[in-house]
Amino acid sequence: MLALFYIFIAVALGVSFWQITRVMNLRSVIATDKDNDTQGKLALGFLAFLYAMMIYCLIAMNVIMLPEASSIEGEHDDNLFNITFWLIGIVQFAMQFLIFYFSYKYRGNKNNKALFYADSHKLELIWTVIPAVTIVLLIGYGLVQWNNIMYVGEDENPIVIEVYSQQFRWDARYAGEDNQLGLGNVNFIKGINTMGVDMSDPNSQDDKQVTELYLPKGKKILFKFRSQDVLHSAYMPHFRAQMNCVPGMVTQFAFTPKYTTEEMRQNSEVIAKTNGINKIRKAKGEDPYVFDYLLLCNKICGASHYNMQMKITVVEEADYKKWLSEQKTLAQVIK
Amino acid sequence: MSDHHHKETFVTKYIFTIDHKMIGKQFLITGMFMGIIGVFMSMLFRLQIAWPETSFSIVEAFLGSHQQTDGIMNPDTYLALVTIHGTIMVFFVLTAGLSGTFSNLLIPLQIGARDMASGFMNMISYWLFFLSSVVMVASLFVEAGPASAGWTIYPPLSALPQAIPGSGTGMTLWLVSMAIFIASSLIGSLNYIVTILNLRTKGMKMTRLPLTIWAFFITAIIGVISFPVLLSAALLLIFDRSFGTSFYLSDIFISGEVLHYQGGSPVLFEHLFWFLGHPEVYIILLPALGITSEIISTNARKPIFGYRAMIGSIMAIAFLSTIVWGHHMFVSGMNPFLGSVFTFTTVLIAIPSAVKAFNYITTLWKGNLQMNPAMLFSIGLVSTFVTGGLTGLVLGDSALDINVHDTYFVVAHFHLVMGVSALFGMFAGIYHWFPKMYGRMMNKTLGYWHFWITIISAYGVFFPMHFIGLAGLPRRYYTNSNFPMFDDLVEINVFMTIMAIIGGLAQLIFLANFFISIYRGQKSPMNPWNSNTLEWTTPVEHIHGNWPGAIPEVHRWAYDYSKVWDDENDPRHGEYVHGKDFVLQTTPLLDGEESS
Repeated sequence: MLALFYIFIAVALGVSFWQITRVMNLRSVIATDKDNDTQGKLALGFLAFLYAMMIYCLIAMNVIMLPEASSIEGEHDDNLFNITFWLIGIVQFAMQFLIFYFSYKYRGNKNNKALFYADSHKLELIWTVIPAVTIVLLIGYGLVQWNNIMYVGEDENPIVIEVYSQQFRWDARYAGEDNQLGLGNVNFIKGINTMGVDMSDPNSQDDKQVTELYLPKGKKILFKFRSQDVLHSAYMPHFRAQMNCVPGMVTQFAFTPKYTTEEMRQNSEVIAKTNGINKIRKAKGEDPYVFDYLLLCNKICGASHYNMQMKITVVEEADYKKWLSEQKTLAQVIK
Repeated sequence: MSDHHHKETFVTKYIFTIDHKMIGKQFLITGMFMGIIGVFMSMLFRLQIAWPETSFSIVEAFLGSHQQTDGIMNPDTYLALVTIHGTIMVFFVLTAGLSGTFSNLLIPLQIGARDMASGFMNMISYWLFFLSSVVMVASLFVEAGPASAGWTIYPPLSALPQAIPGSGTGMTLWLVSMAIFIASSLIGSLNYIVTILNLRTKGMKMTRLPLTIWAFFITAIIGVISFPVLLSAALLLIFDRSFGTSFYLSDIFISGEVLHYQGGSPVLFEHLFWFLGHPEVYIILLPALGITSEIISTNARKPIFGYRAMIGSIMAIAFLSTIVWGHHMFVSGMNPFLGSVFTFTTVLIAIPSAVKAFNYITTLWKGNLQMNPAMLFSIGLVSTFVTGGLTGLVLGDSALDINVHDTYFVVAHFHLVMGVSALFGMFAGIYHWFPKMYGRMMNKTLGYWHFWITIISAYGVFFPMHFIGLAGLPRRYYTNSNFPMFDDLVEINVFMTIMAIIGGLAQLIFLANFFISIYRGQKSPMNPWNSNTLEWTTPVEHIHGNWPGAIPEVHRWAYDYSKVWDDENDPRHGEYVHGKDFVLQTTPLLDGEESS
């Protein structure tokens, strides 16, 4: 019934509109010189609005953005991003100026004559070659970074950790002393063996299953991702890291944490963002927020997609070793 | 041609018509109806994003008791709304509603043909589109809700009803609807291609075609190349869902049991989907760019700058669009080497796009701009196309995409570059060719209000959205309140929702203007915008066959606006060549006049 009520309101609005437009002059159809003048000036006004909004967003929203990258690989990413962002920012300001300033400057008047100017190969060559060169340089740098991030050398000897996803939770498995993950498959899921680890594989015995990630600072970590049901995506924004978890295959991503959680909490950008958040939380009477690294699901995966997270703690290597030694191996847990 | 002597009944004139002009209008009205649904859905889920735990009677009114509790929508319903919003806007409004409307209306009129090559196939194309719209709307009413796995319907989520309720009957109907839609699109596209190649009037060389026709032509070609791939992707998904095959599924444990699927891969679906999905962006955008080229040139009273470069860039964009699909999959787990290749091809698209943008701006330069609503929307398109296009340099670069993939940064990017831009192109086209469709004119004052409110609210929604994306906010989250790190984004989300509601309501101005003008608008003269192209040589009252006498012959390109004698020694130097600032394509060259 309520729907009918809303539809009735919409119809009533429509009818009143109809009545209003009856008294309006519907005969006003083609732009006159006066319209050209008004609309041209409005175009200039809109340019001012657009500039104001862009500048406001660039300045005021700085504080809400992600803090500097917390991984060594992410540093280059930030660098590349800054270069790209400056470039597109400048082009954006210039192009919008040209579009709306020309709309104002050349607003029509019956005393004016447009310039018949159909072609200029020289101009076209310029604005083909300049973007082409800029873009080649930009993606050259981008591809170098991409290769740095995506290819993990054998000699780097990374710590191997499996991140395992299901509707709607994350688990993790550390490879243990041998740094080799035991095989896993959904057919082995039974009871407390929730990750489907093949316990007949010798490599599985010293693996350790946990619900939170602890990472040592300064060591390269190679994540192996699995999913047991639908696509998920392991998104670790502070480390500039993301990879889909795909049922039926193992995907991977590697990075080297640069700051411990404690160090990051002292970072000036993090402090500024945390203060902003806590002001809002205090007004609502909620507990203060303390910065933590997070892993979020970033691929639509079902009803509770919005609440699929895992805490990540980065610590000094000694603390990491101590924490890891306290965790039980799968051989101890799954008899 | 004696067709127009036939007595037409209501059914043959308005329903099962084979007249391309009427079919164009049918596409437009159906597309607008679907657009109202799509936009209304976006307003509902924007309410949820801005005020997650708040009860709204409008939510209670329009959603069923399975879909909301006390005016707060359920998470599944939220996902269903974003899914169907995306599907409807991309396919039903901006593909069929935009390309279907204007290709049908303009191709025969602008190339000088009596009708499409096959009027009957054209009719079938519309009615298949209508049928697919009916199926899609019907899917909103099934018990477990419509498809809700995102408009990209990635399996396994879309394949398993255990994973999300919308993947039951709702998903089946979605797939059936899309299969019918693709058939409609293919029949339409083939007809456009054949018509443009074969039915051009005498003198209408390919290099004299208006850019609208070039855009529709290339669009139809990429449609024919890429839509069948989506059809096969959908068929294989139907097999997986209904007949137990494993094209996309493998090693799945869900609801406490291991499923039998072995050996498939969701990544295969992603490849097949985006092989259409990316060209689809250009299927949407190119017609809008073609329409804009025509309108900017007409209203600037200037030839479009770099006509051949514009054709070249349309072709380059179309070609590149078919080899860039992998940029949607940088973090899908595909081989990183492929990522490098797709980064390279993707970023190359920036070059022809930049050429187009610069050419539009040069067309404005030293023009005599007639600020009709159609012109304003075209200028708006250039603006949003640039704003949205530039961030493509971030997303197309695989290394940068890692961190913004599937965040609101992407949502902002594609809404500006293809959503808002294509809608602006569609509005521009409607304002400009309304006289050709209905023989009456739309009101300009309402058009101005419509434009300024729409562009301000569009920027108000999608510009700040980039920044919440850079704050790391993932898209498709029912609520962000489980993450204190996003608490400082709430105010921005509220602002965006308010802007979205204003923008949505502003479309009522357009709808009122549209429908009132059909009945009450001022009667249109034959050539209201002083345009050069052939459609303005046809009578205002529609006749089947378009021209009462012989089809006119074409003697020049479409862009001889403000052409003057430019020989310094000529006594006529500086005067308009034909005494006015436009020259119809049907006007023969004068002695000593150079063709352009």
